Amino acid sequence: MAEYTQMETLGGLAPHSAPATPPATPSLRSASPNPPAKVRVEQSSPLPTRVREYFGNITDVVKTFWEGLSVTLSYMIRRPITVQYPDRTEKRVADMLPSRYRGLLEVDMAVCTGCMACERACPIAVIKMATDKDPTNPKQRVITQFDIDESKCMFCGLCVEPCPTGAIQHTREFESTMKSIDSLIYRWVPDPENPVPFYRPVKGQDAPRAPVGEILKKRLAGTSWIARPNIFPGPKGKD
Amino acid sequence: MKITLGLDSTSLTRRYPRLAILATLFMAFALPLGLYLAALAIFPFNTPERIDAMAREWFGYDLAGSPYRYLVYTGFLLLVAFIAVNYAAVFGGASTWVERRVAGRMQSRIGPNRTGAAGFLAWVADAVKMVLKEDTIPASADNLLFRAAPYFSMVGLLLPFVVLPLGQGTVVTDMNVGVFYLAATSAFVVVGILVSGWASNSKWALFGGIRGAAQVLSYEIPAGIALMVPVLMAGTLSMQGIVRAQGGAPWEWFVFQNPAAFIAFFISVTSSLAEGNRTPFDLPEAESELVAGYHAEYSGFRLAIFLMVEWANMWIMAGLAVTMFLGGWQIPFVTAEMYQHALGSGLVPSPLWFGLQLASMLVFIIKTWALVFTFIWLRWTLPRVRVDQMMSLCWKYLVPGAFLCFIVTLLWQLLVPPMGMKITGVVFSLFALGLLVKFLIDTRRNIDRVKGDRVDLSNW
Repeated sequence: MAEYTQMETLGGLAPHSAPATPPATPSLRSASPNPPAKVRVEQSSPLPTRVREYFGNITDVVKTFWEGLSVTLSYMIRRPITVQYPDRTEKRVADMLPSRYRGLLEVDMAVCTGCMACERACPIAVIKMATDKDPTNPKQRVITQFDIDESKCMFCGLCVEPCPTGAIQHTREFESTMKSIDSLIYRWVPDPENPVPFYRPVKGQDAPRAPVGEILKKRLAGTSWIARPNIFPGPKGKD
Repeated sequence: MKITLGLDSTSLTRRYPRLAILATLFMAFALPLGLYLAALAIFPFNTPERIDAMAREWFGYDLAGSPYRYLVYTGFLLLVAFIAVNYAAVFGGASTWVERRVAGRMQSRIGPNRTGAAGFLAWVADAVKMVLKEDTIPASADNLLFRAAPYFSMVGLLLPFVVLPLGQGTVVTDMNVGVFYLAATSAFVVVGILVSGWASNSKWALFGGIRGAAQVLSYEIPAGIALMVPVLMAGTLSMQGIVRAQGGAPWEWFVFQNPAAFIAFFISVTSSLAEGNRTPFDLPEAESELVAGYHAEYSGFRLAIFLMVEWANMWIMAGLAVTMFLGGWQIPFVTAEMYQHALGSGLVPSPLWFGLQLASMLVFIIKTWALVFTFIWLRWTLPRVRVDQMMSLCWKYLVPGAFLCFIVTLLWQLLVPPMGMKITGVVFSLFALGLLVKFLIDTRRNIDRVKGDRVDLSNW
């Protein structure tokens, strides 16, 4: 270290040294960003500074080796902090996440009012909904399509906020790898021939929303990652 | 061991977990043990006289008068070379695993732990991957030199195996200029570095090659002079002779016999670190500055050779230091007469002799691995030095220090009686033991300093 400063003051080969402009005043010198390294000055010592520096460097090396090696060895016999994902954790990682984590979206179709507020709120058109009249009961409207493209979703949470019944929620699930990207379009109404009726909220009562995450967990458990995507029967076959 | 069976992505080892453990045990213990046993079976008997005698005794064939005798000798030498090459490859591979696991723990992570038991087979997987990769040669590279360079390095790695004694009798040949030969041939690695740096026709590789040359050539001097200290103490250049001049107990090792040898040991180890391009002296391949230095343009098998040389060189470095300073294969309280007595005069020595040989090899292996661990430990402790620091360390500190040790050893050998050497040996080994204890206490204190931390070897 003392060596380093010496080279710098000689205008030598120190790599990031600025051009050796002498400071204007002595007071600036002490405030320069690279103050000269402290040389163990023992005024009473009869040895010249160079000699003291030379042996000082050797003792420095020995001391720093000693210190550094004992630090690294001490870390070697401590427990690594790494959490071994995914198979060597005490619980599933999704269950260890904070409850307000914004993971994959989940819709409880039993309490969906079909208001389409979420579709309108989505800034990037991830959600695609369609509604229709129930042919058997003209007073009842039904949801024929509720698609969420998780591959596009940016997990902003804007769809969750306007939902009147809390039907659409972020879960803590995040492991959604699929062989085909089309499999990431989660169809909450799997079959348009079999639509889901609108939910009518009851005044003064909370919607009976299923616990967040339970429906999606079941869904993910039932899907193999190499499963064929559920191509929606429509004019273009997709979306 | 990731052998995929069809699309369902189940691997053999996941289906049969015991297979992974068996494969690991084989690669980690059976394979090296087999190589050691092969070395023990071949190395001590690999002289023309022995081979002639065996042919006469067992096959009734007069090999000495046969025109094919040199063919047979060459066959034996090829067998020896085969063992050495395989040993270097297996050691190089296994040490990469050790290095990665040690580095991991020193950085509070785990390191590779999935392929095989404890991740040991990671190096096999890496090697297979490397060999299967395309061997690209840059369009503007010097084709012939580019392809030849790894072999220069490999030769520099393998030639020292000839004189490095594995055990009392287990050495390929005991040259009377062993140390000189080892210093000369191990420097051959730098030819490969320089040639690959030049032939790659790339700035980074060229810088790496030139740095390598400057570094290795500078550090040859302190390394050579520091190695002269045990040579002076033993009075011979033969590796086996130097080991025989030491004893099994720590106070009989050269490193503790005189204060100059104690310093020379550190100078020698530092210089060999620099010659082996290990951190803190890995300037020729400094990742953050030179991408990968001299092997930046290499891929596939040739890169694998460079990496194998780099890691297997640790065995040479450590083995050299152990042989010269730390008593080599000497088992405590086993004298040369006991080996001689066990050897007998027959064609095949007694089982006792083989047992002694194995024990001496074990001693050597333990000491060498301890030193290899120290090299790895140093690598993950120290940052890389700058070029000017590297040069100033060599020329301002190590070279004068080595000369000083040389002269002090000369005077010591002349002036100090054998009794004095014994006293110094005991005093210095007690001093070293004290240092070790103090070091462990300091390490312990480092752990206690952080609240809640304790010695914990779990989370593998």
